[in-house]
Amino acid sequence: MNNTSEITVENATSGKTTWQFILEELKPKGKIFTPFNIISVPIILLGIVLIVIRFIYGIGSITNLTQEVPWGLWIGFDVVTGVAFAGGAYVITFMVYILNMHKYHSIVKVTVLNGFLAYVFYAGALLLDLGRPWNVINPIIGNSFGTSSVLFLVAWHFLLYMMAQLIEFSPTIAEWLGKKRAHKILSGMTLAAVIFGITLSTLHQSGLGALYLMAKDKIHPLWYSEFIPVMFFVSSIFAGLSMVIFEGSISHKVFFNQISEKNKKAHNSIIRGLSKICAGAMFAYFFLQILVFVHGKHWTLLNTGMGYWYLTEMIGFVALPMVLFYYSYRRNNILLIKIASIITILGIIINRLNVTVIGFRWDAASHYFPSWMEIAVTLCVLFIEIWVFRWVIRRMPVLSDPPSWVTKNK
Amino acid sequence: MKIERRNFLKILGVTGVSLALNKPLNAKPETAEDVEFYGILYDATRCVGCQSCEYACAEANGLPEPTGMPEVGIVRKTDETRRTIVNAYDTSKGEVYLKRQCMHCNQPACDAACLTQAMHKTEEGPVIWRGDKCMGCRYCMVSCPFDVPKFEYHSANPKITKCDMCYDRLLEGQKPACVENCPAEALIFGKRRDLIAEARKRIVENPDMYVDHIYGEHEAGGTSFLYLSPVPFEELGLNTKVQKSSYPALSKGFLYSVPTIFVLWPTLLLGIHEATKNNHPINPEENE
Repeated sequence: MNNTSEITVENATSGKTTWQFILEELKPKGKIFTPFNIISVPIILLGIVLIVIRFIYGIGSITNLTQEVPWGLWIGFDVVTGVAFAGGAYVITFMVYILNMHKYHSIVKVTVLNGFLAYVFYAGALLLDLGRPWNVINPIIGNSFGTSSVLFLVAWHFLLYMMAQLIEFSPTIAEWLGKKRAHKILSGMTLAAVIFGITLSTLHQSGLGALYLMAKDKIHPLWYSEFIPVMFFVSSIFAGLSMVIFEGSISHKVFFNQISEKNKKAHNSIIRGLSKICAGAMFAYFFLQILVFVHGKHWTLLNTGMGYWYLTEMIGFVALPMVLFYYSYRRNNILLIKIASIITILGIIINRLNVTVIGFRWDAASHYFPSWMEIAVTLCVLFIEIWVFRWVIRRMPVLSDPPSWVTKNK
Repeated sequence: MKIERRNFLKILGVTGVSLALNKPLNAKPETAEDVEFYGILYDATRCVGCQSCEYACAEANGLPEPTGMPEVGIVRKTDETRRTIVNAYDTSKGEVYLKRQCMHCNQPACDAACLTQAMHKTEEGPVIWRGDKCMGCRYCMVSCPFDVPKFEYHSANPKITKCDMCYDRLLEGQKPACVENCPAEALIFGKRRDLIAEARKRIVENPDMYVDHIYGEHEAGGTSFLYLSPVPFEELGLNTKVQKSSYPALSKGFLYSVPTIFVLWPTLLLGIHEATKNNHPINPEENE
């Protein structure tokens, strides 16, 4: 029973219609009272209650947002930070389909799935933050195109990239449903979707940084520069890969019996390879940050509270994990690589929040701090995403080998 | 050849769409001289702090009656129910009043930020907000260097509120309510160019009375609301760090790079793919 793909093929070919099959698959599999479920279910329910309150009484009823700080945790963390972590999908597809680094092929599906779910849920979180969500269709259907807006670009790219990722992942869905013809057609679209997706990712990863270019007087000068877009793009490479390492290690434990033998063996070698790439990307990023700092001539600002915080970020959360990645790659120390990836993830959270929340209006009399309800809604979104992820992993051949007819047809 | 052709078509499509979507970004005139915007000139030497403008504004826009008075040491701020505010400041020349409201920039950051064109710089000069387009993302508030747009956080159908220079009244040939009701003639309405000429004249005729600076002539690339003051503007709490060029120019470089990347990236990626296609590893470690 530990190989879902076989069950899938049997079910799909045993005379049931596709819809009956999907309905059956909707039922929960696995134990109900796991520690994760016991923690996540109350928070999800609480989050849903809070979301209802938000739509009845307005955004101010559950958030601490002010007229001076109109974007808080939901944008700064859910969207800006979350999308950086979802960057793994475009980096891995670039490595596998463009550079043809076949070694990483086994983690493509799970990374793309993660990326896709991340975008779906962060776009969803964005809807919660919109005051007038019923007008969200306006920039899409063409009755009012704000083409000079960076946000317009980001919105379109989110939408198109979600479609590209769905196409990239769709062969796995076809395998799950046993649709051979659809599988052939959808597989043929992969390369196009990948190329399109990487282009879109380049632009909207940097675009999220470009959103803040006009807030020049509001962001602390140590974090504001005209190079925010470049910084966001470069850091999304190692942010995404660190998340792949971190998430991969967890999946490796949690879904151990789903993972094919071949992939189990490749696991450490993949992590080691990613570690090397992370070290390289972080070196480029660190170097860029130094260049921007030197050109910004903000030496005097270093000796302030925010200056120490800046140094902490740069040395403790960029330089340190960079060295760790390289060192542990040389020493083949998988545990140390995982530790480095966790430090990097924390560093990205700190960096994105520094630009969007902590450094935003740093000089204001009263500071924004998210309410517990904002945090609860954020956790609610995160947990639902993990639930959907788990649902898919347990059913579709993501970590496990595809059904035999796929390999036979090749 | 199948995949290649499909890709080629895809790239062609992407290129076409990106070129079509990226209309000239700078639809607004580069300089204020190209278009005759209307504007308001506020002379702080004449203002007596009577709050007539506040009351007129509230009445014209159906807002609750203003509360509080201009008092030295207290900085009242505009919010979702008050679109204009008069504050008192203790300055080197005694007590001076200052009216605050939307600056109606020539090239507004809020307009450039808005992805639905809900924030809109009209040809007449006022920057207006259009509720049927707005999705409430509040990017205008993030972008505005003067912190003008306000959001109704406690409403299920929230609006962005700000001074719209009484746009509806302008269309009917009337002056903005605050200008019309100012008993001290501290506010005058007219073509921006004429207002700057008038302001210059006042400075030249009474050099001791004014600082030699029209706030709004060059701030943020020029604004339709202009200030004259007896004291340096930082004493009146105005943002004097605001840059002289327009704010939308800050993200222009990024936006201009978009079509370039949209054309170059797919071509480049496809090229690399083709170049590395036959790169089958002999053993799995080769790719490291």
